[in-house]
Amino acid sequence: MAIRKIAVVSAGLSQPSSTRLLADRLSEAVVRRLGDRDSAGEPFAIEVDVIDLRDYAQDVTNNLITGFASPTLEKAIEKVTTADGLIAVTPIFTTSYSGLFKSFIDVLDPQSLTDMPVLIGATGGTERHSLALDYAMRPLFSYLHAAVVPTAVYAASSDWGAADADGSSSLAGRIERAAGELAALVRDSDRSSRVIDPFALPAGFSPVGGYGAQ
Amino acid sequence: MQFGIFTVGDVTTDPTDGHTPSENERIKNILTIAQKAEEVGLDVFALGEHHNEPFVPSSPTTMLGYIAAKTSTLLLSTATTLITTNDPVKIAEDYAMLQHVADGRVDLMMGRGNTGPVYPWFGKDIRDGIPLAIENYALLHRLWTEHTVDWQGKYRTPLQGFTSTPRPLDGVAPFVWHGSIRSPEIAEQAAFYGDGFFANNIFWPKEHYMKLIGYYRNRFEHYGHGTAEQAIVGLGGQAFMAKNSQDAVNRFRPYFDNAPVYGHGPSMEDFTEQTPLTVGSPQQVIDRYASMREHFGDYQRQLFLMDHAGLPLKTVLEQLDILGEEVVPVLRKEMAKDRPASVPDGPTHASLVAKRDAAAASASDLVATEVN
Repeated sequence: MAIRKIAVVSAGLSQPSSTRLLADRLSEAVVRRLGDRDSAGEPFAIEVDVIDLRDYAQDVTNNLITGFASPTLEKAIEKVTTADGLIAVTPIFTTSYSGLFKSFIDVLDPQSLTDMPVLIGATGGTERHSLALDYAMRPLFSYLHAAVVPTAVYAASSDWGAADADGSSSLAGRIERAAGELAALVRDSDRSSRVIDPFALPAGFSPVGGYGAQ
Repeated sequence: MQFGIFTVGDVTTDPTDGHTPSENERIKNILTIAQKAEEVGLDVFALGEHHNEPFVPSSPTTMLGYIAAKTSTLLLSTATTLITTNDPVKIAEDYAMLQHVADGRVDLMMGRGNTGPVYPWFGKDIRDGIPLAIENYALLHRLWTEHTVDWQGKYRTPLQGFTSTPRPLDGVAPFVWHGSIRSPEIAEQAAFYGDGFFANNIFWPKEHYMKLIGYYRNRFEHYGHGTAEQAIVGLGGQAFMAKNSQDAVNRFRPYFDNAPVYGHGPSMEDFTEQTPLTVGSPQQVIDRYASMREHFGDYQRQLFLMDHAGLPLKTVLEQLDILGEEVVPVLRKEMAKDRPASVPDGPTHASLVAKRDAAAASASDLVATEVN
C-alpha cells in the first residue's frame, strides 16, 4: 500500500518538553485530518517519525565540526528529508529559533527540503514572541524552497490553560487550521516514494567541459 | 599495490609541550619524512598544496624536486594539486619537468582546494570550482598528449600553436588521480579519462566513499577503459601505533583532541569507529586496512596520513618505522591473497610506457593484418 510519511522535529531541550507537547498535538491533528485516502481515492498508510533534537545534540555538534553525520544522525536526517511533510517545532530563545534547531538545519543539504510541505510551530514563555515564527522560522524554510503552510502555531505558557471555547483563536483552533493546511499538501505528495540519485550529474554536464576542450 | 604516506604540511603546535615548529623546521621535517618513507620500504610520498597558513607546501615541485634527488625508488605525488586555481599550462610544465628530474617517479592528484579565499586570491570564483576543474584538466590533458595545441576556453587566455615543454618523459604523461569527497562530476571525469580516483576517506564514514567509488568503477567500465574491477582506486588512511594498543591510545589522544579539522569534536573512540583512523597495535592497523578491499574492491594505492596535528618529527619517524617494517609487509601479503590477475597494480611510469607500447604494437599488428 502507498504510504505518507510525516517527520516531526522537536527542538525542545527539557524533558518533558512543552515544545514536544505542541509537536505531538500537531502531528496527532495532521494524522487525523489526513484520513486514509488520496484525492483519487487510493488508500495509504501513515508513518510518523518524531525526532527529538535533544537526543542528537552531540551528533549535530560533531557534524558541524567534522563535516559528516554519525550513523544515528544520518538516519534522522534521512527521515526528515524523505518525508511527505515536516512538522518543525522549536522553543523561541532570544528572539529566534533555538541554536540547536538552527544547527540541525545547518547540517542538512540545502537542496534536501525543496518543495517539502512544512508546518512551523514554536513555544515560548509569553505570546510576545509569537512573531518569531514569521520573521525567523518562515524565511528559513522559504530560503530552503520548502512549502510552508500559511498558519503557524505558537503556544505560550498561558495557551496551555486557555479555554477552547473562544473559537479559532484558541490554541486548539490554530492547531486544527494548521493541521488541515498541511494535510491537504501531504495527501497527494509523492515525496517519500521518490528515488533520489545521489550521483545525478547536472544537466548538460560534459567530463571535458564545453569550450573547445575536445 | 602501492603503499605510502601523504601530508597536508600543517604547522601545528604540539599540544603536549607547546612547541610550534618554525616554517623552516616543518619544511625540513617534511623532507626528512619523505626520505624516511623510502628507507622503510614505502612506495609513495604525496605532498599537499596550500596557499594559506598554517600550511607550508605552497610550492610542491620545489620540495618534490629535492626529494627526487635524495631518493631512488620513491614515487612522488601530490595530495592534491589545485587544478582549479593553478594555470594548467604551468602544471603541465612543472610536473613534466619534475618527471624528467625524477626519472619518471612522478604522478599527481587533482583536487579543488580546502579554503574558499584561495579562489579569489588567484582571480577565480569559487562557484566555478567544478567547471574550472573540468576545463583546466581538459587543457592539461591535451598539453601532455598533443605536441602543438590550439585551444580556447572560458577561464584562461586562448593558445595558438603552443607546445608545453619539456615534453613528458618518453612521450608518456605522468599518471593522474582525481580526488573528491562528494562530487560525482569528478568521479565521472576520472572515469572518462581512465584516470585514477582517490577517496581521501579519512574524515568521513566508509559507506559514503563506497558509493562514490562504486559509481566511479561503473563509469570507468562504461567509458571502455576496462572492467569496473580494473578501475584505478586509491584510498587515504590514518593510523597511530604502539606495541601495546592502550599506549597508542594514551599517546595519541592529546593530538587527536586538539587536531585541526576534527579536534574538540567527536571522541577519539567514535571517530575511530566511524572513519578509518586506527589507533592501536600494528596488528589492529593490519586488520583494519586488510579489510578495506572488502568494502571498496581490490585497489591500487593506500596512503596514510602520519605527520599532522603537531606530532613531533621523532614520533613520526618512529611511526614510519612501524608502518614500513611491521604493517605494510603484512598488508602486501594480505592484499595479494585472491587478488584477481586481471586487477592491475598501481600505475608507474614503466607500466604506462609498456601499456603505450603494447597498444602501439597491437595497432600495427592490426594494420599488418589488414595489409595482408
